[in-house]
Amino acid sequence: MPMLRSLLRPAAALAAAAALAVPALAAGRTMLNVSYDPTRELYQDVNSVFARQWKEKTGEDLEIRQSHGGSGKQARSVIDGLEADVVTLALAFDVDAIARAGQIAKDWQKRLPDNSAPYTSTMVFLVRKGNPKKLRDWNDLARPGVTVITPNPKTSGAARWNYLAAWGWALRQPGGSEASAKELLRGIFKNVPILDTGARASTVTFVERGIGDVLLAWENEALLVVKDLKPGEYEIVVPSVSILAEPTVAVVDKVVAKRRTRELAETYLRFLYTPEGQEIAARHYYRPRQAEVAAKYASVFPKVTLISIDEVFGGWDKANAAHFADGGTFDQIFGVGR
Amino acid sequence: MPDRLLRFRRPAVTVPESGRSRHLDEPPLVRAALIGAALLFLGLFLVLPLVTVFVEAFAKGLGTYAAALSDPMARAAIRLTLVTAAIVVPVNLVFGVAAAWSVAKFDYRGRHLLTTLIDLPFSVSPVVSGLLFVLLFGANAALGRWLADHDLKVIFALPGIVLATAFVTAPFVARELIPLMRAQGSDEELAALTLGASGWQMFRRISLPKMKWGLLFGVVLCNARAMGEFGAVSVVSGHIRGETTTMPLHVEILYNEYQLAAAFAVASLLTLLAVVTLVVKAVVEWRTHE
Amino acid sequence: MRARPRRRGPLPGFGLSIGVTLAYLGLMVMIPLSTLVLGSTRLGLAEFWSAVSAPRALASYRLSIGAALLAALVNLGMGLLVAWVLERYRFPGRRLIDGLVDLPFALPTAVAGIALTTIYSSGGVIGRFLEPAGIKVAYTPLGVVVALTFVGLPFVVRTVQPVLRDLPAELEEAAASLGASRLQIVRRVLIPELLPAALTGFVLAFARGLGEYGSVIFIAGNMPMRSEITPLLIMIKLEQYDTGGATAIALVFLLASFAMLFALNRLAARREAHAVGA
Repeated sequence: MPMLRSLLRPAAALAAAAALAVPALAAGRTMLNVSYDPTRELYQDVNSVFARQWKEKTGEDLEIRQSHGGSGKQARSVIDGLEADVVTLALAFDVDAIARAGQIAKDWQKRLPDNSAPYTSTMVFLVRKGNPKKLRDWNDLARPGVTVITPNPKTSGAARWNYLAAWGWALRQPGGSEASAKELLRGIFKNVPILDTGARASTVTFVERGIGDVLLAWENEALLVVKDLKPGEYEIVVPSVSILAEPTVAVVDKVVAKRRTRELAETYLRFLYTPEGQEIAARHYYRPRQAEVAAKYASVFPKVTLISIDEVFGGWDKANAAHFADGGTFDQIFGVGR
Repeated sequence: MPDRLLRFRRPAVTVPESGRSRHLDEPPLVRAALIGAALLFLGLFLVLPLVTVFVEAFAKGLGTYAAALSDPMARAAIRLTLVTAAIVVPVNLVFGVAAAWSVAKFDYRGRHLLTTLIDLPFSVSPVVSGLLFVLLFGANAALGRWLADHDLKVIFALPGIVLATAFVTAPFVARELIPLMRAQGSDEELAALTLGASGWQMFRRISLPKMKWGLLFGVVLCNARAMGEFGAVSVVSGHIRGETTTMPLHVEILYNEYQLAAAFAVASLLTLLAVVTLVVKAVVEWRTHE
Repeated sequence: MRARPRRRGPLPGFGLSIGVTLAYLGLMVMIPLSTLVLGSTRLGLAEFWSAVSAPRALASYRLSIGAALLAALVNLGMGLLVAWVLERYRFPGRRLIDGLVDLPFALPTAVAGIALTTIYSSGGVIGRFLEPAGIKVAYTPLGVVVALTFVGLPFVVRTVQPVLRDLPAELEEAAASLGASRLQIVRRVLIPELLPAALTGFVLAFARGLGEYGSVIFIAGNMPMRSEITPLLIMIKLEQYDTGGATAIALVFLLASFAMLFALNRLAARREAHAVGA
């Protein structure tokens, strides 16, 4: 028995100490922003600036918590009850999924300007210094002997955007058709050795593990690597056509009603549209919406012809059903189709 | 050192070994080859990963290492991991002793089924274990909705992490105790009862001391797994930084933020815990052999 | 100890201990597991069948079972060797290595995963040498086998060691005095004696490998149809809002593990009964 007691006592003391310590963290008001993978640095900045402004305006201490992961996975967590005041996800489809579960009003995309996407981005190629494989456009990715790194379109927003970008490029080529597009994607995925579940994991695979000739990446992620993380080791290649990627943001109605944080959450999302918010986005290599900020940072972002998901694919619902749902073209090129 | 002690005390053990006929021993060359092969295998699969963790952790110097561990997010993760283990381990300790007692000390129909049930969490994939609790407490389940209406958070909060961890680590103490108890038998307990001891007296004075080393090792293993569980916790955590990320999840986050050295720094703490576990085990074995 | 306690036996505490056990198992294990069964009944038979028999699911079973089997086989062979070397030979550092064998039990799987990936990726300590030889470990099915070998390493060693230790020396001596060569002794005497214990370790390692997630996802390439293990497929189904499919596959997987474990416990019980009877 003394043995048992000596085991239990420190454990109990630890539990008590920890239980006391945890609430200390939660002083003041809190808010949770559930976001997708590459926005970690962006929202760290946004949060600290916004919290300071909020304190000046209201005198309240505000702590904004972050959660990051593959966009689909994050949306699933929110549906299952993760209490996010706001979601800032990679694509509208994932916010739609939350809306379908009844936690966000159906008309969410109309509630904020610009389709509820305060910043945009696109898909580019990140290659090693000097572009040794001479990769210029989407069709080069299907060449034998090229190794391509991309996350899994089933779980990652970035992967869905770049899949659709390649598809859209193929359609625009002379004689392009659904069949030729599928052929191109089949060729590209033949060159993919690893499918990570999120964009970040793919970047780590490419940059830290040194695998692959090209990473299909968010433009912001690619610029982060080239300018901040590993200057001089990588280059960005801009394909002739890419896709206008609109990461969307929304207030989670059910949660803010319960936690009484609607005003806070809405102010937070609107902050992203203010000149200051747009500046922060641009500094983290997201394309700002506001013309003045966009002009100021024009030199950062390469010119590229952008197609939009609504024009080419008729919106996310259709694109998802045709390409990423079970039995869609992605499954078909892996020989999974029924 | 303990090895030498053992030999010193019982020279009888070594004599037949050296005096064995040649037929009972391999030629020195074969012997060396076998030892070499075993060591190579263990070196590749055990020592190398162990060394790698520490090499990578200190790759960017002591400063980075210290910074990684004193970061508020890291400290919150360490705290959460400790709290989880401090709740889970005592609960599973009580369960483990009760379960082992009920299975090892009595015979009845369904005993094997019960043993299998006790072992079951061990064979459930950690991911599935996490999924179970999402299905049970998720916002789309009846129970989850009721909890949400009463403002009780289970998954994506401490209770969910505790539940998933408790599920995964439930069998550890019992697994250690069952074979021990069966091997030891119940003669002493029966003698104590004959001498007029009450049930509790018998348990405290006879059974507990008999099982204490097995119990200790079971607790240590349970603790190591509770602190290190990844798959199950990953499903129920929600990954809120500084709030619902345990140490293994924090390792993953750092790994995905290009902070490889920091990731390995936190990993090295967990590895130290593993090494302590092994040392405790060695001590336990040594004490039981005494 | 000869007289096995009849029925329940005379010791006190049966009611209390089994009460606690059943209550805890019921709350912590059975209720959560029943939601899995209930969740998949909502699917309907046709849907259930198409979820668990989809080509992608089948491919993942093949990989999970195949890699777990292969890793368990490696551990069967190497485990016997390691147990033999640790029990029969004396060399410096033996105790240390003996203690180290349990490392995979104690090391968090995520840590094992990132460490193994670092070692076997193309720039790693070992990957660097394997790559030019055309052998790729990280991000291939072979990587899965490596991770599972690590995770299951202690099982066979730890089940065989005690048997080897308790093996009466007379057995080998008798065989030797009858003129058997060393190799014959190993084949005809030692291996049959060790095999049941080794097989128990093998099954345990296999069962552990089937469900393993943390260490594998870092080192596997996670490609559908090629290097995607079943637990990962369950995760991905979940993330695609396909809870039904995830539940169905999880249930099939769970039943398989349960059946295996039950068979193993029966086997162990039979051997125990044997030993008592002898």
